[in-house]
Amino acid sequence: MTPSLEPSPRGAIRIDGAVKSYGHGVARTLAVDDCSFDVNAGEICVVVGPSGCGKTTLLGAIAGFQSLDGGSIRLDGRMLCGPGRPRAEVGSDRIVVFQDGALLPWKTNLDNVAFGPTVQGTLSRAAARDKARGMLADAGLGGYEDVYPGQTSSGVRRRIEIVRALMNDPAVLLLDEPYRALDALTKSVMHESLLELYLRTRVTIFFITHDLEEAVFLGRRVVVMTARPCRPKAILDVDIPYPRTYDIVGERRYRELVQEAAAAVHEEARRAFDVGDKEGPQ
Amino acid sequence: MANVRALLLRLERLVPWLKSPMPYLAVAGYGLFLLSWYLLVDVFALGRFSRMPGLGSIVHEWLSVDPAYGVSIHTPIYYQHILTSLGRVGLAFALATALGVPLGLLLGWSPTVKEYVFPLFEMLRPIPILAWVPLAIIMFAGSETPVVFLTFLASFFATTLNTLLGVRSIDPSFILAARCLGASRTQVFRHVIVPGALPFIFTGLQISVGVAWFSLVAAEMVSGQFGLGYLINTSYTMVQYPTIAIAMLTLGLVGYSTSAAVRVAGDRIMRWRKRELTGAGRA
Amino acid sequence: MSAGASALAAPSERRQPGRRLATRLRELAFTRSRRRALTSYVVFIAVWQLGATSQQWLGHALPVLSALPPPTAVLTTWGHLVLDSGYWHSWLASLVRVAGGFAAAVVVGVPFGLTMAMSRGFRGLAFPVFELLRPVPPLAWVPAAIIFWPTQELSIDFVIFLGAFYTIVLNVLGGAETMDPRLVQVARSMGASRWNIFRRLVFRAVLPSILVGMDVSIGITWEVVVAAEMISGGGASGSSSGGGLGFFIWSSYVGGSYPQIVVGMISIGLAGYLSSAALRRLANRFLPWLEARS
Repeated sequence: MTPSLEPSPRGAIRIDGAVKSYGHGVARTLAVDDCSFDVNAGEICVVVGPSGCGKTTLLGAIAGFQSLDGGSIRLDGRMLCGPGRPRAEVGSDRIVVFQDGALLPWKTNLDNVAFGPTVQGTLSRAAARDKARGMLADAGLGGYEDVYPGQTSSGVRRRIEIVRALMNDPAVLLLDEPYRALDALTKSVMHESLLELYLRTRVTIFFITHDLEEAVFLGRRVVVMTARPCRPKAILDVDIPYPRTYDIVGERRYRELVQEAAAAVHEEARRAFDVGDKEGPQ
Repeated sequence: MANVRALLLRLERLVPWLKSPMPYLAVAGYGLFLLSWYLLVDVFALGRFSRMPGLGSIVHEWLSVDPAYGVSIHTPIYYQHILTSLGRVGLAFALATALGVPLGLLLGWSPTVKEYVFPLFEMLRPIPILAWVPLAIIMFAGSETPVVFLTFLASFFATTLNTLLGVRSIDPSFILAARCLGASRTQVFRHVIVPGALPFIFTGLQISVGVAWFSLVAAEMVSGQFGLGYLINTSYTMVQYPTIAIAMLTLGLVGYSTSAAVRVAGDRIMRWRKRELTGAGRA
Repeated sequence: MSAGASALAAPSERRQPGRRLATRLRELAFTRSRRRALTSYVVFIAVWQLGATSQQWLGHALPVLSALPPPTAVLTTWGHLVLDSGYWHSWLASLVRVAGGFAAAVVVGVPFGLTMAMSRGFRGLAFPVFELLRPVPPLAWVPAAIIFWPTQELSIDFVIFLGAFYTIVLNVLGGAETMDPRLVQVARSMGASRWNIFRRLVFRAVLPSILVGMDVSIGITWEVVVAAEMISGGGASGSSSGGGLGFFIWSSYVGGSYPQIVVGMISIGLAGYLSSAALRRLANRFLPWLEARS
């Protein structure tokens, strides 16, 4: 399959002055404060920052799981949440892939992948299953259809979950540290398969991680967040061209960028450490 | 093909168990238990133990074609007692499940329903089932209905509570993921909540069966005709001690089988749980 | 609240507006679910009252409900009973039995369960027999207990003991299973003796499960107490003062004073609730680290 050369026009996110705090009284903490940045349509934007800084809150706000106390978020010009509507509607234009995986354990992998269109009624069950079969095969996951997620390894499960999301042709794919629990070897395979899917579909990807190497390898832009309350501290422009393979890891440009990111993150991590932050609600 | 495979797997797991000391210890354990009973009652007849029915007499009575007290595996009345009790438990359990599971699901799923109904539920629950006996007799006519009602009540509380816990135990990511994929509230209920709560529901059902037997026996001892609890009571008043033991042992066996039946049913419905990573899948 | 101000404000300054907000929020939460709960109670009692008195205002007795004593009668009866020492003696008798039976079950059950957890050999021997006897409801043991034990009180206590014993042993086993086996390995590699391992690791791991399971155990204990009191006629010579709440209910029924039955039922429910609450309080006092852990 030839990678599409036209960037998809969908999926541009604009976060404008987002504010979110948790708790009340003495325990009130500001997680996100006056946070603004853009995610361009069709690009992979990776967000990194110290633990507990509020990155997951932002992702939650985009997805509609969290409400904002102030500011707004727009998708392709349309307001998701903002003044008058603190919480976005959950929808299949922004699909989340969760940290610990959320394939429904009681459905086979195939039924999981076919779940979106089936449940929305856009395809009949049989048609959805056929399409799912095709997409799984394209992603190199043929053969896992009729087993349950519980019988599948976590790496494969992640990939299936991403295919499940892509089945619904979302504008944005929201990934919340999806590879955190995987070992380094599996991770590298995951990265390459994610990039492959990305190049084929050019879906906008909003990716959260702690892992700087992962961030620079995957991202077109890397947004380094400050410690809580989070706000963009630095935005790195990763000008390494796609398609990227693992041999770029040795290249000079790559290492420069990782170092730049590391320096910025370290400063913030220090600050978070000094304040004595626990891994609180993000 | 998959069935043969599953069978082979089960056999495979059996072999190390057989090689371990476990099954032989179990047999030895039963043996010790029976031996000490025999020794204490029949051979030594120490003090209190002399009044207990001996192992020999019990076994003999149970298996004899013409039992002294009229109850053995050869007498039809034995099975009548078993079936009566079983029927009552079956009916009560079915009713409790039919009412308790939906109620539990609703309580777990809808905060509104929970805020209205749960306080009332929790107020009634601490009252021991048997404290309801006189009220049940007053409220319901006849001798069957109160017994079934009491058994139902016990099962109902257990089932509802466990179902509620089951819904609460579902990882919220599943619900969020389904909603991201476009599922409506009803669809989330059908595709996530119900299957997700099933493991807890079945544990609850097993507990519910146990509790049902508990209440049934007590209720039968107090009122009602026929049944194993009734048998125990009358054997006692008529000084037919070996029959007491027979009834108790039968209770144990029947109770255990009903519990096992529920567990097996659960395993079949939740096939996705049985197959672990080391099983039939690829690693 | 401007950007950095909240983080940098002095603690006392932060607390003022925050506290008012907190109490307001708490009151709000209080009100809605409390209001709803109250509504259900009121509806429940209303239906009960109307059903019980249906003969009078409807002219036709509703099937199940009209047999019930109305809440008004229950309340007035309770008012009289509170002044009757016999009523409180029943409370005491039942509570003593519950405490005794439960304590005995703990004293026997915990070591039994722990031995099974620590020694595979003992577990192989004892567990099958345990599982064989467990499905037999404790009440089925009543006649056997009466035959065996010299006094009726002891036979009641034995049955009560059995009820709690099974759950406690299962809880102990469950708790031992949750203990991370690596902790044992670490301890062993540091040269800890078996006794030390038991005392510091296994016992501590098992304690939370026992306490968590205590609610269920106490519940079962109460069930058995009430049942045993009703069935065996209340203890020594069946006197009403030694009888306990179960006997109280039964004799109220036999004596035809129906509102008293309901009073008895509510009393037992209350006693059960209070005893598990008291137990939990006690547990938290002696083992405060448990709260922190959970």
